[in-house]
Amino acid sequence: MAGPSTLELISLTKRYGTSLAVTSINHKFRSGSYACLLGPSGCGKSTTLRMIAGHEAVTSGSILLAGSDISHLPPAKRGTAMMFQNYALFPHLSVLDNVAFSLKMKGVDKPTRHRRAGELLELVDMSKFGARLPAQLSGGQQQRIALARALITQPQVLLLDEPLSALDPFLRIRMRTELKKLQRELGITFIHVTHGQDEALALADEIVVMNNAVIEQAGPAREVFNAPRTKFVAQFMGGHNVIDLANGPVAVRSDEVSLTDVGTGVLPAVVTAIEYQGAHVALMARAHGAQDITAMIPEATFFSAPKEIGQPVGLTWPADRQHALAG
Amino acid sequence: MTIAGTKSGAGSVGPLRKSSGIKGRPGLVGWLMASPLVLVLVLFLVMPIIMIGTVSFWRATEFSIIPAFDFENYSFLFGSPVTYSVFLNTLKYALITWAVTLTLGYTVAYFLAFHVRSLTWQIVLFLLCTIPFWTSNIIRMISWIPFLGRNGIANSALLSWGVIDEPLDWLLFSDFSVILAFVHLYTLFMVVPIFNTMMRIDKSLIEAARDGGANGLQILWNVIIPLTKPGIMIGTIFVVTLVMGDFVTVRIMSGSQSANVGRLISNDIALLQYPSAAATAVVLLCSVLIVIGIFLRFVDIRKEL
Repeated sequence: MAGPSTLELISLTKRYGTSLAVTSINHKFRSGSYACLLGPSGCGKSTTLRMIAGHEAVTSGSILLAGSDISHLPPAKRGTAMMFQNYALFPHLSVLDNVAFSLKMKGVDKPTRHRRAGELLELVDMSKFGARLPAQLSGGQQQRIALARALITQPQVLLLDEPLSALDPFLRIRMRTELKKLQRELGITFIHVTHGQDEALALADEIVVMNNAVIEQAGPAREVFNAPRTKFVAQFMGGHNVIDLANGPVAVRSDEVSLTDVGTGVLPAVVTAIEYQGAHVALMARAHGAQDITAMIPEATFFSAPKEIGQPVGLTWPADRQHALAG
Repeated sequence: MTIAGTKSGAGSVGPLRKSSGIKGRPGLVGWLMASPLVLVLVLFLVMPIIMIGTVSFWRATEFSIIPAFDFENYSFLFGSPVTYSVFLNTLKYALITWAVTLTLGYTVAYFLAFHVRSLTWQIVLFLLCTIPFWTSNIIRMISWIPFLGRNGIANSALLSWGVIDEPLDWLLFSDFSVILAFVHLYTLFMVVPIFNTMMRIDKSLIEAARDGGANGLQILWNVIIPLTKPGIMIGTIFVVTLVMGDFVTVRIMSGSQSANVGRLISNDIALLQYPSAAATAVVLLCSVLIVIGIFLRFVDIRKEL
């Protein structure tokens, strides 16, 4: 069942000389979903996005949009649009002309394309700035223009390459709310590349975690966070302890770990550091085999029985909250 | 950035003010720091121009130059039809050379900046362009003569291929050879500034244009040319001023059959008619400034400097 903007990657591969940037990945992005490609730098997420956009040639494999192969079409013929990391606004064109650029390339006459561009500026709430040059706008404003310019082509899939990384933290949170809202209004597929797991968790219906040119895990945000399949995912998503037990490595959320008396818990350990973080106290403890484990203990619980550095404690967690890891 | 710079600068100078005499007057420090350059410019730029301006009003006979203030030189210059045809000829050379060097230079720069992918090859090919500059202008000009002459390499090759039946006369000592030499000498002055502005174009702008559906020609016309305008303008200023001020190329390559303003001046100097030469020079200077002034109305080159 392929919706109007279902995007499917089939053993997609990118090779630069002898090194593989993307190794035969398969994935299906649901129509109208907000997906995040998440991973550390150099993991192949940007290359994947650029292959979908058509700015990078596919070495092998294919990309299907709504069931038809788009892997060898030019960027503008694919039904995708890309928003670039640094926005890539044309510095010599006014905001209105930037937004109207693709219509101008199609040969749409000036009044029509300016009217359409005006509508999109309305959509991103930038109508007042049509006559300005990009250099006269703030980062957040430039981003909205870049968004309007990408959306004027009426894409089925919008590709966003680290769209929030150039903004300050405050603006980043505001803009991500707006991105999510816009995606819901338009109902098209958004594929958003990021290296920030908090950004991915906040935005995505679906998170695709990549590492070393392959997809490590893909699924709904809650599933990826709560049930990481590999050691890498558990560590990259954060908030998890990866613990080597007798029957293999497991992941345990640090807020599931609690303290008991020495000898009664799952794991004996020695407190190495205590950090007050407001709602929680982060307690770092070292278990046998030099394993560092973090326990996020609710503030009130911790101060009802405070611990000292160097004090031996027992660590425990509910048995059904630990997940066996693949490696 | 400027504001932050001045602030920290003022902060560090502040405590020193009481103790040190020279730093007590910031105006004086500024003048002292600017003075070497001012001195050089006054000595070598302002003074000579004033001198030329002054001499252009002097009077000259066959054997003497008399300090005076009259407009005889100018009225003679503007009254003679030769002046107009020579100025027109100079402008013609400038215009044709500009058009050819711009086309060639832009193509070369575009190739270097957008088709040569590796930096090493860009540097190698760029240096290759500068090799002709290792010899003097005169030698490069003279080396065209055996090539283009009536019995030169070009004519004999064309004859032996059967393209022509008799040698072409217009290859050498003609407007063609003058412009050929100009193009040969000055194309690099077009390539360098244009290449420089092209290298500063963010590659993602080209991708963004392609994403918006632009084809190669549309990208060139709508993105690359508008963004390289300052480079084009700087190259234009180089080429136009060099061609308009030239006199050697025209003399050698036209076999003394064509004239431009530079030759008019050099002839006057050869006849020791300094006041007349000075007046012609002033008029030439003004016309070059007007031409550049017109160019600058179209493009703001300040951000490139």
